[in-house]
Amino acid sequence: MEKTEKTFTNEENEMQHMDYIYMVSKGNLIISLNAELDHHLAEEMRGVIDGIIDKRGVYRIIIDFSKIDFMDSAGIGLIMGRYKKIRDFGDISIVGANESIQRILLISGLHKIVGIYESLNQAINHQKGGSGNEK
Amino acid sequence: MKSNQYDNFCEVAFEAKSENEGFARIVAAAFCTGLDPTVEEIADVKTAVSEAVTNSIVHGYNGAGGIITMKCMITGSVFMVEIHDDGVGIENIDRAMEPLFTTKPELERSGMGFSFMEAFMDDLKVDSARNKGTTVTMTKRIGAQV
Repeated sequence: MEKTEKTFTNEENEMQHMDYIYMVSKGNLIISLNAELDHHLAEEMRGVIDGIIDKRGVYRIIIDFSKIDFMDSAGIGLIMGRYKKIRDFGDISIVGANESIQRILLISGLHKIVGIYESLNQAINHQKGGSGNEK
Repeated sequence: MKSNQYDNFCEVAFEAKSENEGFARIVAAAFCTGLDPTVEEIADVKTAVSEAVTNSIVHGYNGAGGIITMKCMITGSVFMVEIHDDGVGIENIDRAMEPLFTTKPELERSGMGFSFMEAFMDDLKVDSARNKGTTVTMTKRIGAQV
């Protein structure tokens, strides 16, 4: 995982924040979460992500949950909102979700519209139009 | 509140600010560790508490702040949590509890809050009326899966 992150460090942009880190590279926006994804964090991230989509030509969003173990319905709202924004030209992938987070994705039906992957590499290598949800 | 009414009891009051959502989750999760919960049960309690507290902040107090009180109780192997706000209340509780229903789509509320509380806890009770605040009471038997 650390090696993968390093691949992107020098390519384009990296933004460090206490609760999350994001990187933009070749149309990919990779967000690595460091804090629990609740209403508090979702509110903070929403504008930041939308700004990047609009300004940087991002068409793939990959959210890495491997460092956190909690998400509630505010996370669902955040992902749904970004999905509506980019669904015509892009997609969203989720990486490293633990069992609890996967259960939330399942109950909300979000697993039908986002790709769910075990590792960042799997998500990055996934070509748009593939089946997604590969484990 | 009689101290011998429950095997264990705690009450916290905090400002209806989004940064306190995590605080409330941690308090509830820490309180029920005495019942030796599984990782999944802890996750369930954290999710349910987070949903109820977020509702108080976003809907009850409409983001303008106020005081939220959370009482946690243990009786035998049953964990009970009561989350109360003195906000605007819910006019139509049945409607509010419908999956995907939200009065604030512009804030990207998913309308899944009550659905998650129902899914992750054994019992959910909502006591509310217009301008009378809201009290959400949830119970869960810990160790029920064994």
